[in-house]
Amino acid sequence: MSDVFQPAPKLETGIAGLDQITFGGLPRGRTTLVSGTTGTGKTLLATEFLARGIQRHDEPGVFITFEERPEDIRRNAASLGLDIAAWEAAGMWAFVDASDAGPESEEIVGGYDFGGLMARVGHAVTGICAKRLSFDSLGAVFSRFADAGVVRSELKRVVGGLRDLEVTSLLTAERTEEYGAISRFSIEEFVADNVVLLRNVLEQERRRRTVEILKLRGAPHRAGEWLFAIDARQGLVVLPLSTIGAGTPASSERVTTGIPELDEMCGGGFYKDAVAFVSGPTGVGKTLLATHFVAAGVAAGERCVLFSFEESREQLVRNASSWGLDLEAMEATGSLMLRCESPELASLEHHFLSVEQAIEDYRPMRLAVDNLSALERVATVRGIRDVVIGLGSYVKQHEVTTLFTATSGFVGGSSVTEAHLSVLTDSILLLRYAEVAGEMRRSVTVVKMRGSRHDHAIREFTIDDHGMHIGDPLRGASGVLFPSELKGR
Amino acid sequence: MAETQDSYSFRIFVTGESLRSQRAAANLRSLCAAALGDGFEIEVVDVLERPELAESERIIATPTVLRLSPPPSRRVVGDLSDFDLAAAALGLVQPEAPANLGGPS
Repeated sequence: MSDVFQPAPKLETGIAGLDQITFGGLPRGRTTLVSGTTGTGKTLLATEFLARGIQRHDEPGVFITFEERPEDIRRNAASLGLDIAAWEAAGMWAFVDASDAGPESEEIVGGYDFGGLMARVGHAVTGICAKRLSFDSLGAVFSRFADAGVVRSELKRVVGGLRDLEVTSLLTAERTEEYGAISRFSIEEFVADNVVLLRNVLEQERRRRTVEILKLRGAPHRAGEWLFAIDARQGLVVLPLSTIGAGTPASSERVTTGIPELDEMCGGGFYKDAVAFVSGPTGVGKTLLATHFVAAGVAAGERCVLFSFEESREQLVRNASSWGLDLEAMEATGSLMLRCESPELASLEHHFLSVEQAIEDYRPMRLAVDNLSALERVATVRGIRDVVIGLGSYVKQHEVTTLFTATSGFVGGSSVTEAHLSVLTDSILLLRYAEVAGEMRRSVTVVKMRGSRHDHAIREFTIDDHGMHIGDPLRGASGVLFPSELKGR
Repeated sequence: MAETQDSYSFRIFVTGESLRSQRAAANLRSLCAAALGDGFEIEVVDVLERPELAESERIIATPTVLRLSPPPSRRVVGDLSDFDLAAAALGLVQPEAPANLGGPS
């Protein structure tokens, strides 16, 4: 027992995000229990653990299935582009099929052990020199063999046998509730070194899938629940992918905001690796600012991505043309990727992945996302916060100058998200309506510009068929930044 | 016995030379001898020596007895230490025989 508190060397799972929250993977040569209620993705995780081992690390794997039949697992994996049959033929994957034993009934008379299972597992592991093993699920064994005491002691022996075989194993187990006992039958008591919990929680009518590392053999890991998604291209992805990346490089290089006067207000433009937020009420000009931002990039020959969660492609193109900005012509140069997605068509996690994949595929230098508040229709505030933080750190690592827009109250004022988002953002611009001498005017203010001096004035701006024009400080207006309807909060 | 006596065939999966394995094989032999006289065959398979056969028959527990013939096929797990239950599970008692089925259930 002397080595219990010695963190074991890790084995990279190859599952996107999981290696980051575990600081490098699962303890090598050990067993990790993955517990969750039904439908949380345990079998998928068990499948991917082997699949990524084969694809990314050339490590063969054995899958012990007590629940689904091998043909079902093959078929489900195929829908994610994983060809298990081909791996089986290549000696990289082997099933130990312990799913329900066919038509004839099985009766129990007298004492028994799991010698048959152990012999098969040993045979499968040595047969393909497996480095990884998935066992799905321990709970199903209890429903096959009635005597829980015998099953417990026999499974304990099987788990001990896995350690002797020197495979890194992932064992699944069932829970009956999301926030209660770790597993039915207290399985964690004999595979207790490492425990991962999967949850599928309905929160404010939104379903959230999360993964939590409960313990990892005394080794450090990221605490808390992490969102994960099941993506058709990447499979299981734990979000945010990149909060834990290398230290973010601080660039001193400036890029234009798209509007010369705004560059001046910011002390020379945004930093190249900056994340900027533009907050303002509906119709004030957020989309316009975002369009200027990408148009300036395209004009300089930089690749840009404009993501819209608010307007259709037609609306976006038409509005831009009324400001003298031709998005379709920009697309034709090959420097602009225009993506319009309806928030309701996918979950928050999938939207996040689709932005990331656009960055991955297109490698832009600029990214504008308009408008984060639209995502509130499909996600909780906490979910958006997680995703924005994750995305913000992702774009920083890739040095993509990024501009997010949000409807007022999201960043400004006393909103719940503000404290979290302002830590991440480098620049915050407020666009506001102001009432001056009985007239409605528009104003722009730079309220934050990390690492730089900036103009503190509240400046007026106008919009015409050549876009946005920033003028002089707006005098005589008050309550612009904190409109009276927000003051009372 | 209505059936042809020599048609009974069993395969018993055991693990190595363990006491439980030996006991199970011995119990099966005496059960068969009592019910069938000489008309039976028993094949003892050690899963450690023939894991591929354990795999194709999907054996999890040892000992496991398969009644290969006559049909219907049967699987019985355990060392068969309760003779009455074992005989019933393996189909070695005639349904009309008023055997004492009042054992532990």
